[in-house]
Amino acid sequence: MEPFSTHRGLVALLDRANVDTDAIIPKQFLKSIKRTGFGLSLFFDWRYLPEGDPDPEFSLNYPRYQGASVLVTRNNFGCGSSREHAVWAVMQYGFRAIIAPRQEIGGQQIPGFADIFKNNCVKNGLVTVELEAPEVDEIFAMVERNKGLEATVDLDEQRVVLHLPEEMAFHFDIDPVVKKHLRHGLDEIALTLEHADEITVFEQKHDPQMIGG
Amino acid sequence: MLAIFAPVNWWADSLINRRRSAVRLCIFFRSGLEKRAGGAYKSLSMAKTLFQKVWDAHVVRTLPDGTVILYIDRHLVHEVTSPQAFEGLRLSKRKVRRPELTFSTLDHNVPTDDPFNIKDPISRAQVEALINNCRDNGIKLFDYETGHQGIVHAIGPEMGLTLPGLTVVCGDSHTSTHGAFGSLGFGIGTSEVEHVMATQTLRQTKSKTFKVEFTGRLQPGCTSKDMVLKLIGLIGTAGGTGYVMEYCGEAIRALSMEARMTICNMSIEGGARAGMIAPDDVTFEYIASGDRPYAPRGKALDKAIAYWKTLPTEDGAEFDRTITINTSEVSPQVTWGTSPGMVVDVGGVVPDPDKVPGYSRRDVEQALEYMDLKPGTKMTDIRPDTIFLGSCTNARIEDLRKVAKLIKGRRKADTLRVMVVPGSQQIRRQAEAEGIDQVFKDFGAEWRHAGCSMCLGMNPDQLKPGERCASTSNRNFEGRQGKGGRTHLVSPEMAAACAVEGHFVDIRTWDGLKALSA
Repeated sequence: MEPFSTHRGLVALLDRANVDTDAIIPKQFLKSIKRTGFGLSLFFDWRYLPEGDPDPEFSLNYPRYQGASVLVTRNNFGCGSSREHAVWAVMQYGFRAIIAPRQEIGGQQIPGFADIFKNNCVKNGLVTVELEAPEVDEIFAMVERNKGLEATVDLDEQRVVLHLPEEMAFHFDIDPVVKKHLRHGLDEIALTLEHADEITVFEQKHDPQMIGG
Repeated sequence: MLAIFAPVNWWADSLINRRRSAVRLCIFFRSGLEKRAGGAYKSLSMAKTLFQKVWDAHVVRTLPDGTVILYIDRHLVHEVTSPQAFEGLRLSKRKVRRPELTFSTLDHNVPTDDPFNIKDPISRAQVEALINNCRDNGIKLFDYETGHQGIVHAIGPEMGLTLPGLTVVCGDSHTSTHGAFGSLGFGIGTSEVEHVMATQTLRQTKSKTFKVEFTGRLQPGCTSKDMVLKLIGLIGTAGGTGYVMEYCGEAIRALSMEARMTICNMSIEGGARAGMIAPDDVTFEYIASGDRPYAPRGKALDKAIAYWKTLPTEDGAEFDRTITINTSEVSPQVTWGTSPGMVVDVGGVVPDPDKVPGYSRRDVEQALEYMDLKPGTKMTDIRPDTIFLGSCTNARIEDLRKVAKLIKGRRKADTLRVMVVPGSQQIRRQAEAEGIDQVFKDFGAEWRHAGCSMCLGMNPDQLKPGERCASTSNRNFEGRQGKGGRTHLVSPEMAAACAVEGHFVDIRTWDGLKALSA
């Protein structure tokens, strides 16, 4: 996995909440036994017209967002199935980071990202940035007003910077374990295998039938 | 709690590797507070939840940064989320550490009209990849020839693989199903599938706990599906994010194992990776009965039950969040939108876009446009053209039996098509032995082979654009059952009544309901 420290790129907007993993990568593309080739199918049902041409109404098809690598969207992104293909598709399309708000709607506290998706992102080096809802609203407004606007996602400093004539910066919180993982692009399996002896010792006293004693 | 009781500077300055002692200190303060409020100090501070007990029994090592290496007792594998994990193992020259704790089946791609004949070459290649990977790695595969093929979350319990107190994972979000036994079951991504294969562990941080108490009893015709849909309607599809749910209360105790599995299955639709129910006599009876080749028997079972009885949450154990639902007020539920939280009582109407908790006006307008529904439409005026009785949520023998009782001697409405897809080969055989298949055929339904089928349409079973389905599955996302397809999630009983009448009906007042108690 490629380490992530800081990334600057064009920002694209996807103005939808509760984007589920079926929408991110529909089921017909899960039949592949490879880890690659998913970028073209990202958001397939929204992105393409029935005849197969790109739908000009879908935001990621706007000329101004071509080449974008920072995706800004709405709350609860990545809900639904555990398919890691969703993360592969987002990354293989070209995104390195996703920004979404934690939001209160009608008394419900809704996080920016769903649990399994967020976890899968960490394993692949895709950075998920959760900001306050008004901050994301502000980013939406700035990107809409300023064609070609770029942002920097700085993991070390834990901030997102919008490269306007007068820069705007937003601080974000991140679990230190996740930060370390992303920062160094760690191979988790290799790290865990350093504890192989302890796993063996555990197995000697642990009964995987859980019948006690 | 931390901000209140721990000195702020001390807390901020504390190193990550001191986190555990800090947490302990916090508990001490908290317990002290409870003591002053008249509680019993010792029982409050020591009382453990079911989740805590299962978690503690599986901690191999707590790392300095707080991450836990958690041991995994059962790794269930299906064809969709595993090929890249096996490939990763091959590339890094690693092996499956405990193939005897790894079990696999074929479910997502399987055609349910003719499971031996996968026409789609890409689907076939994925199925063949799993067959080869299991052979090369010494992993047990429940394929067609074994007679035990089926949806992975149907076969785990029925084979006796799922037991109380275990950790169960699978590259599938509905692994939460297995929590119905008091195991900790949760879905993982493919990278984690590879991690479990290589190490038989996962690196985890502990979830918060969410107590969901269902008081009272269900009304006749209402089901555990209605309970969980009601819950999701109340807390939203992200309400459980970061939590492990524990379902408890009188109404949960009164449920069968199969009904409990339906609730735990849909924990993920409420955002929680896992949902658990404390094991009790209903659990032990389920495990002890039937042909479950992997369940303990004889003295081993007695010993197991003695241990399993120690697992339930103790009095006074604390949860991070709690909700109480009066089950006697839960009506039959029907979803109207494209998210499981977009749900309403069957007696209700498609809501006003400004009045849906957890969704913005635009979220609702997008959903209604996709669903081709208008605010104010009575749910009972909605006329599906497809009924899907299947999926890991509701395709167990009990579901099939109940629906068969409701429809026996009747004929489906002419306007719709009915598909019945048993969760496993074993369920299908059992149904056929009981003559249930004939009831469905006489009704005008298609009697299919086991698989995920139209729950996600990764196989030929799909809705066509614009088709509207009353589905016993778990997700009503856009395109989930087929591009342009429109899904209404309901219980099997509600699907049955709808199949007879051609539109949704309130099963509580439907004249066919009396057949259930006959």
